[in-house]
Amino acid sequence: MNPEELLEIAERIVGWGRDGEQVEAVVGHSQETEVRVYEGEIESLSVAESQGVGIRVIAGGRQGFAHAGTLDPDVLEETLAEARDNAVFGSPDEFFGLAEPDGVDPPELDLYHEALLKVSTEAKIDMALELERAVRAGDPRIVGVESADYGDAVGADAIATTTGIRSTGRDTSCYLTAYSLASEGEETQTGFGFSVGREPSALNVGEAATDAVERATRMLGATQPPTERVTVVLDPFVSAQFLGIIGGTLSGEAVLKGRSLFADRLGDQVAAAGVTLVDDPTNPEAFTASDADGEGLATRRNLLIGGGQLERFLHNSYTGRRSGAASTGSAVRGYASTPGVGCQALSLVPGDRSPDELIAGIDNGVLVQGVSGLHSGVNPVSGDFSTGAEGLRIRNGELAEPVREITIASTLQRMLLDVAAVGSDLTWLPMSSAGVTLVVAEVTMSGA
Amino acid sequence: MIDESVVSGTLSEALKTGGELAEVFVEDRRSSSALLDDGKVEELTSGRTRGAGIRVVVGETTGFAHTSDLSEAGLAKAARAAAAAARGGGGGHQIVALSRVDAPAPNEVEVLPETVAKATKVDLLGRADEAARGAGSAITQVSARYVDGRRRILVANSDGLLAGDDQVRTRFAVSCVAVGDTGMQTGFESVGRPIGFELFDEYEVDALARTAANRALTKLAAQPAPSGSMPVVIGPGGGGVLFHEACGHGLEADLVAKQASVFRNRVGEQVAHPEVTLIDDGTMAREWGAYAIDDEGRPAQRNVLIENGVLTDYMWDLLRARKEGRESSGNGRRQSYQHLPMVRMTNTYLANGTEDPADIIAATDRGVYVAHLGGGQVNTATGDFVFGMSEAYLIENGKIGAPIREGNLIGNGPEVLDGIEALGNDFAMGSPGTCGKDGQGVPVGDGTPTLRVASMTIGGTAA
Repeated sequence: MNPEELLEIAERIVGWGRDGEQVEAVVGHSQETEVRVYEGEIESLSVAESQGVGIRVIAGGRQGFAHAGTLDPDVLEETLAEARDNAVFGSPDEFFGLAEPDGVDPPELDLYHEALLKVSTEAKIDMALELERAVRAGDPRIVGVESADYGDAVGADAIATTTGIRSTGRDTSCYLTAYSLASEGEETQTGFGFSVGREPSALNVGEAATDAVERATRMLGATQPPTERVTVVLDPFVSAQFLGIIGGTLSGEAVLKGRSLFADRLGDQVAAAGVTLVDDPTNPEAFTASDADGEGLATRRNLLIGGGQLERFLHNSYTGRRSGAASTGSAVRGYASTPGVGCQALSLVPGDRSPDELIAGIDNGVLVQGVSGLHSGVNPVSGDFSTGAEGLRIRNGELAEPVREITIASTLQRMLLDVAAVGSDLTWLPMSSAGVTLVVAEVTMSGA
Repeated sequence: MIDESVVSGTLSEALKTGGELAEVFVEDRRSSSALLDDGKVEELTSGRTRGAGIRVVVGETTGFAHTSDLSEAGLAKAARAAAAAARGGGGGHQIVALSRVDAPAPNEVEVLPETVAKATKVDLLGRADEAARGAGSAITQVSARYVDGRRRILVANSDGLLAGDDQVRTRFAVSCVAVGDTGMQTGFESVGRPIGFELFDEYEVDALARTAANRALTKLAAQPAPSGSMPVVIGPGGGGVLFHEACGHGLEADLVAKQASVFRNRVGEQVAHPEVTLIDDGTMAREWGAYAIDDEGRPAQRNVLIENGVLTDYMWDLLRARKEGRESSGNGRRQSYQHLPMVRMTNTYLANGTEDPADIIAATDRGVYVAHLGGGQVNTATGDFVFGMSEAYLIENGKIGAPIREGNLIGNGPEVLDGIEALGNDFAMGSPGTCGKDGQGVPVGDGTPTLRVASMTIGGTAA
């Protein structure tokens, strides 16, 4: 279904609103294909179409919500009735209210590539097969490819409200991903590689295969080092995951509810002077770029930390209103939930030295190339973190032997202040934050 | 849910182009939740999804399509889409005769949540908020969530199988923030069972809220976690997730077949201390991961995976089992009709030992006592895992001492199995969990008695 058809449905629902009631309808539709190959054969081929609607009702200062995974006319009415009934049981809150048009124009972004729709299923299968072959051929130590996938999605959505919001959007996306197994002697290691784009011609099989091969083979022979305080270099894939967590602490919702460690710190120096952090979903380079947020307001560039100083928190309509600020166009949601607040395309402003130059200046350190259990090991409220890690030792400015079964631990507050350098290698990844090589001084690396 | 003749017709349509096996999975799910945060009932949410997933298997290839259109025409369209993916054999018209076989439910459901007034559900939230805030003036924020869900499924396949299940789950969780001189700390507690609103006859939400609050308050006095390798004692019910992650996943037949398991080719071998018995049991009454049938229509089973330290079997779904010419072990599960099933755990636990837990702690000179593990992650191919410790204490001179701040625990599954040196006689199941294998979330349970592992790496900040 195209966005105009979805908007028509959203407008129909909003038209059923009663006096004294605010109604918001979010309608989404997507078509997805996923191919998984294994040992030269198609393991599975999935084609799917899904749709859904989420309806929010605010009446008498109370909010209710309901969602359904279908757009059948009878279900639409039932869902509105359910949302309306749910509103009766919520607590009144003077700040509840839907977004209202704020005059900001949405950016022009090229997110929908019709070329994707013209690619045959056979061509998609061939790409997955080619990826599997390329990983296998990449290194004699590669003993298996656990999975090689091609996937794509064509999505459309529309938002309408009784407060005058009318927003539509559509986008295309596709990806290739491979999980590899490398073995030498008794030891096995795993790796992965991926490539993402808005149409298949943008995908790079070679790059995805090379990453999958390198990630699996580089850890062969890795050992557990002794516990030590060292300089840690985070590679872009790792730093992006940390940034995502830091971004979460800058949500206006966390601040208002006393769950942000940065709550009273606006204007303070919270990071090293070299740290400038921006959330910018209007950046066409970002895979998560979008012209409208989850409440239908235009997205915008938000400077969060400038030269180490905390500049701004992110807001949706509710948290903005309650903070005496405005929405920053940062409502995030799917149709099955009410809008939260979050980063959409977070990145550090890159520095001017390459990863090699940065490493050359480190006597004793570790280049962290992978982390695991990061989410379970971070407490975004207290800021304490501890994560499993693996990577390469750095000795006298050069990369040395691989290490595994280590953890690195600190607090998010400390880490931001301890950033010694930001690399020049800004890399957009298929997540809501971009990566860049990051040097952090004096971190505890626990091992044997 | 759907007429039997329509299901049978859909299967015939799916087999027209030569599929060897066709399956229709129909799901109708309703959920309701209520969230209190910041002293206010923020919202009640109701959700409804229904649809069907159809798969067609030819040789090694599976074609899959799903639809939210449950009409005969909608199902036929999805069947053709699934069949197109798995073209190959002869095809033609086949009539599928279905015979319905239902499995017994693991337990009764007394009070369907949909029959309970919304106001009654909302009342629970206010009580939890009050109790948590009453636990100490340092408690500055409380959020409480009530969730119920009813999932009705119907599975039919071209082998003639037809089975259904009606799965009800109810869950309540409280999370608190405490603020002190050392900054902010959090505490969490939850209960959940595959039963209805009678859950609250058994659990007082006030007590639950106080537990969450006390966890946060305790941590205010916590010291930085130590770093390095040391003995770790895990409390009853607090560490089952470790065995789910570090051992269970490696015993899933799909990962084994793809060489992505450290337990490949090890059936019959001693893989753990002789006192270790690891079981996955989907029939366990009232436990979070229980069900009557799995999402391929197979009755849940009790499967002994490791018996007295010896690896006895893996867990199986329909396709992996067919390939090996054996029966599924009732472990084929999927998040929803929009997903393909795969091998998944149910309730995974380490069976009871014989030692007095007090003796296990007393015999530990210096180490860490973990009352509660948080989430974790495992690399099944290497066995390496990482877990957060959400409630932990130092052990000094055989006594549980000061609480420690959050840190990660890292180790290797097979090494931990080998390194279990003591098992207590105080078995308990842990909190309701969600396993997220391959991006698909399904409810799972876990449990352990008190146990000591000779050495694991603690990733703290203290030297």
